[in-house]
This record gives sequence, structure tokens and C-alpha cells, in this order.
Amino acid sequence: MLHTLVILVEDKPGVLNRVASLFRRRAFNIESLTVGHTHTEGLSRMTVTVEGDEHHIERLTSYLYKLVNVIQIEDLTGKQMVTRDLALIKVNTASEKRSEIFQMVEVFRARIVDVTSHSVIVEITGDGEKIDGFVDVLRPLGIVEMVRTGAIAMERGSDSLINTSELLFDSAAVA
Amino acid sequence: MKRTGAQIVWECLVKEGVQVVFGYPGGANLPIYDAMRAYPGIHHVLPRHEQGGAHMADGYARVSGKVGVAMGTSGPGATNLVTGIATAQMDSIPMVFITGQVSSKLIGYDAFQETDVTGITLPITKHNYLVTDVNDIMPALREAFYVARSGRPGPVLVDITKDAQQAVVENWQYDASPIRLKGYRPDLRPASASLQKAIELINSASRPLILAGHGVLMSNAMQELRGFAEKANAPVAVTLLGIGALPASHPLNLGMMGMHGETWVNHAVQEADLLLAFGMRFDDRVTGNLKTYAPNAKKIHIEIDPSEINKNVKVDVSLVGDLKDILRQVNPLVKPGERAEWLNHIADMKGDSAVRDIQNLPDNGHLYAAHVINDLWRFTGRDTVITTDVGQHQMWAAQYFRMDKPHRWVTSGGLGTMGFGLPAAIGAKFASPQSEVWTVVGDGGFQMTMPELCTAAQEGIKVNVAIINNGFLGMVRQWQEFFYDKNYESTPMKSPDFVKIAEANGLKGIRVTERSQVEAAIREAQAADGTVVIDFRVEQEDSVYPMVPAGADLHAMIQRPSALVETPQDV
Repeated sequence: MLHTLVILVEDKPGVLNRVASLFRRRAFNIESLTVGHTHTEGLSRMTVTVEGDEHHIERLTSYLYKLVNVIQIEDLTGKQMVTRDLALIKVNTASEKRSEIFQMVEVFRARIVDVTSHSVIVEITGDGEKIDGFVDVLRPLGIVEMVRTGAIAMERGSDSLINTSELLFDSAAVA
Repeated sequence: MKRTGAQIVWECLVKEGVQVVFGYPGGANLPIYDAMRAYPGIHHVLPRHEQGGAHMADGYARVSGKVGVAMGTSGPGATNLVTGIATAQMDSIPMVFITGQVSSKLIGYDAFQETDVTGITLPITKHNYLVTDVNDIMPALREAFYVARSGRPGPVLVDITKDAQQAVVENWQYDASPIRLKGYRPDLRPASASLQKAIELINSASRPLILAGHGVLMSNAMQELRGFAEKANAPVAVTLLGIGALPASHPLNLGMMGMHGETWVNHAVQEADLLLAFGMRFDDRVTGNLKTYAPNAKKIHIEIDPSEINKNVKVDVSLVGDLKDILRQVNPLVKPGERAEWLNHIADMKGDSAVRDIQNLPDNGHLYAAHVINDLWRFTGRDTVITTDVGQHQMWAAQYFRMDKPHRWVTSGGLGTMGFGLPAAIGAKFASPQSEVWTVVGDGGFQMTMPELCTAAQEGIKVNVAIINNGFLGMVRQWQEFFYDKNYESTPMKSPDFVKIAEANGLKGIRVTERSQVEAAIREAQAADGTVVIDFRVEQEDSVYPMVPAGADLHAMIQRPSALVETPQDV
């Protein structure tokens, strides 16, 4: 099954390479990986979706923790969470389907962010399935180019998985 | 005080208590070498190849328990270290590698002797650093030593650009504050519920077996292991790297497990109702076929690295943390046990050891490696350090050198690195100058790092070399014999005259072709001032028994076809 992991890492050169290299070396396949800053200086946050059973993910998590620059890992799979993916899709509008394209943009609550006489760029955010659906609809109408960010994810509710005040300096007990 | 980056490197090494560095100079680390003379407290050893330097530092670390330090220049200097780094990584050896790198402005431009060393070594180090700023040298080196020696130890590489080595800090001061790394947790402790569950399993087991691994030695838990085993009357099997965890002469020490382990040990594993894995990782050479491994046993795994838990073998209870600390908590709660039935059963499987004692076999005119190793054990002191290469001689050494002391058995287990033995012996001698040091090597592996003989000669140190010379890459030949219809492709090997090689290095060389000459040769080597090379011309097509073929069931061992050390030619 597809797991969504959030990985907090130190914002240092080469950390993305260390994480990606670990997936390769231990033969795990990354479905998608995103990385960006958090609101805490020096801390970056990755969202990784990866295929595997519980045992695989346990192994992966313990390997990731061996990386000195990895601070915290949370598996959001099965939890209440918000996941978002963003896509920019350039669509050919020269055909007679132009109005149909605009209609679909409305239906999917996407946005048109660039218009020329021959094409538009549509921006859409949502979970992966919604974007897949939108792409399926647009495909016969003439997609010229597309880019997707990959999923980012956050657990619902008021708790934060990042406890920045005491960034796990103390040793954690492990069962 | 005013310090260059190069001086800061040495200042840090001094603060870390480093006494010996094995390194090779070159263009990108010349500033470090230029600054060396002002730090006479650190002895520098020049190997003949950076791989040799890495293995020397490794052997030094394994025998001393301290962090081993090896250095090399950029490019080929660093890539030559790679085998040594991977060897240390697989066997969890605390080491710091310091490499020179081209100047920061040249990085990425394919400059002369530029290599992406942190990229190359990323999967084979515990951690690594690329330092381009002089102000980062001290923090990187302090962290490197800390990471290398804490938790599950391992090699850390620090790659320092030449301009960082040359740059000057006007008001440099050593920072002695404790190191805290956000994402690094070397001091994990087990949950008390798990401890309770483990105690219950231990006290209710009737056929317990301890699997003692390298972790016993890394954690210095030899006394605690012995205390546990004696109190519970639990027999102990050792892994290849666990040799020395309990004296071989201890009645509860059954010997080595696994592919070339003792028959009764592997049967005991399969029949046990509780396996106590102490600082070992259920390597495939230890378990054989996982599907049929120890089918009757509950399993308790005490291990400092959480990623080893349930990796190869699913366990019932895991205790993550330092083995010594955990055993100190566990031992008082272990109920004294008799377990006479279990111990008697194992004794029955073992049979009369006098029958198997190869000393009791008459001299049939052949020289067998087993006799050489056994004589080496008989005629050397209990403090002797044995280092090995990889292959048949390594397994014979593990089987016939009955090691009683910890940290005296130095072998490349995980990576299985040929060429390890001689340089590791040189490093071991620096760690324990009062110990007699022997390296047992094959004719194949020895030739991989043979030039290090001259390093021993230059340093004036004495390590004796026992070449188990069978004219083959013996272990590969054995596999060809067993599994490839005796198709001895590319395993017969011509060697130079090793006696003359020794003499060419200004050392003594001895050739032994008969069993009756072994003792005199060992005595002569011991009496000589410097390093001595003995070329033991042993039986060419002897094999290591018993053997669990790769991936086979642990109890499905290939036994020696006839008597213990006879080959078909004898019949």
C-alpha cells in the first residue's frame, strides 16, 4: 500500500541526496518526494510517498533515523490528513474545444493563470486523485505540457508533529 | 591563538587523544602534512597504498577500542580508501577518515585529482562532511569523532578543501562543550515492559542459546555476558566477529555458528527454544535459510541499532540499547538454572572432542592448514593478536585458534575484504605493542596488500605473517569443487617466492612444507627481531568443513567426507 511519510530534516547541503540515496541503496521506490522550508529556520520538511507493507515501512523508518541529519519521521498513512498536489497544465485552445476546456476548469475549481490565443495554463491543487481526474478529462482536448509538484501532507487537528521547542534532544525510549 | 586550517586539524586530533595516524600525502592535503611536525605527540605511518592505511587504522581501532584515523589526498588517494571505509562500515568500526579536497573554487570543474568523495562514500560511511570553510573544520572533526565512537560505531569521513586548510583563523580556540546533534540518538534505552517480557522468556526457557556477536566486544560486555551465561547455564555460540566475547576455553562456549560453524552449534540453534541474540545481526552467513531458521525458538534481540530489529529475523522481544547496560539490568533478574538436560544433549552432539583433536591424528606426510593454525595456537601466548584475510584460512583460523581474550581477533567479517590481514596486523601492533601479532593470510589475499611488508620494515615493527599457501584462491576453488563441477576457472594462482619477497624487504622468510617443521618455524619467527614471513605450503585441495551451502538450511551441513583432515589422496 502507498504510505505518506513526513520527514523533518536539517536544512543542510546534501541532505536531500542522503535521503534519496538511502531509498536507492535499500531498494525502496519513491512514488513522489517534495521538500521545502518549514517555519523554523534550519529545518526542512519532506513529504515522501512510498509503496510498501508495514514491515517495509518500519525498516525504511529505522534506516532513515540512522541518517544524522534526519530529525523526525511520521507516517501519516491511515491518519486524518490533508494532502495536496499542485499541477500546471498547458492546454492547446486553438481547437473548437476551447469552451469545453473552460467549462472543465470551472467544474474542477482549477484556475487559468496564463492565456494566449493558442493556449492556456491551468493551475489546479488538490489530492492526487482529483488531479489525475482532471488530467484524464483534459488529455483528449490537447495537453501541451504538464508539471506536478508531488504530494505534500499535514495531519488534521490542532496537534503539530513538530515540537520545535525541544527538538528531540533527549533520548527516546524505543519498544 | 592564530591557526591555519591544517593546524586546526592536528589540534583537534590531539584533543581527541589520537596517538597514531595512517596516512598518505598528496597535492590536496599537503598543508596538513606541512603542519604535522609541530605535533610530535602523534606518530604518522606511511602505508604503501591508502587501502593499507585504512586497514591499519581499522586494525588499530579493533584492538585498542579507540577511534582509528586514516588520511589520504583527494581523487585517487580518497578512492583508494574506499575498500577500507566499506570494511569498517560493515563491521561497525569507529574510524575517522580525513581526505584533502581540491580548493572550493575548483569543486565541480573536474579539477586535477578532483573526486566527489562525500558522494562516493555516502552509502559506506556512518556520516560524512565536506568542509569548505576553515571555521567548519573543528566542528566537523569534533562531530566526526563523536559520531564514529557513539551508538553503533562506524566510519566517518571529513573531506577538507585545500583552501580551508590554508586559511587562517586569527583567534582560534578549541571548543570543548558537549556535542548535541538534533537528529542523532546514540543513547537509546529499552522499554521496561520489554525488559519484563524478556526476563519471563529467559526464566521459562529450557533450551536457551546465546548468540554472541561483535556487539559484546564493542560494548565491552564480556563480563556481563559471562555472568548471564553462568547464572542461567545458557550455552553461548559466537559469530565470526563475536570470537573472544567469551573465552574459547569456557565450558559454556560452544564455538562458532553459521556457514562454517561447528555442527553441534548449528544443531543447537535449530533445537533451541530461546535464542538470545546479543549484539549480532542475523547475517545470512549465520542463519542460512531464514524460512527454516531456529523454528522452535522464541527470540530476544539485544541490539544498539534499531534498524537491525526484525530486519532479517522477526523477534519476539527487542531490547534496543547498549548491551552492557542492558545486561546489567537483566542479570540480577535471571533465575539460576540447571538446564542439565539441554547441556547434556549438546555435549552428546559434540561427542568426544579428543577424537577430533587434530593433534591426535598421525602425520601422514601432508601439511594441513588446520595443523598450522592449531600449532600457532599452541605455541603462542594467550595475548596474541590474530588478524586474517578472507577465505579458507580465515575459517580455519576461526575454528582452530582457540581465542581466549577479547579484542585479539581481527578479521573482516561483513565485507569480507581480501588484503585486510597484513595491514590490520600492522595497525594492531601499534595498538598493543606488547602483544605478539600474527597475520594468517592466504596466498591470494596476501598479494593484494603485500607491499605493506615494507611499511612494517620501515616502521621497524614486528608482525609475523603466516601464509597458508595452497596455490589456489582456496575458498572460491572449494565452491567450484562443491557447486561448479570442479571447474577450477581462474582460481589456480602462481605466487612469487615469498621467502625472497621477505628478504627483498630486508625481512626474514621461512618456507615450511612438512608438519614436523611447523613448530620450529613458529619458534624461529618469534625469536627474530623483525617481521618474519612463513610460507606454509599446505595441501592444495583441502576444504573447510562443515559447510552450510549459501541459502541452505542451517542443519543441512556438508560434512568432511572421511576423517577430519584427510583428502581423497589419502585413501
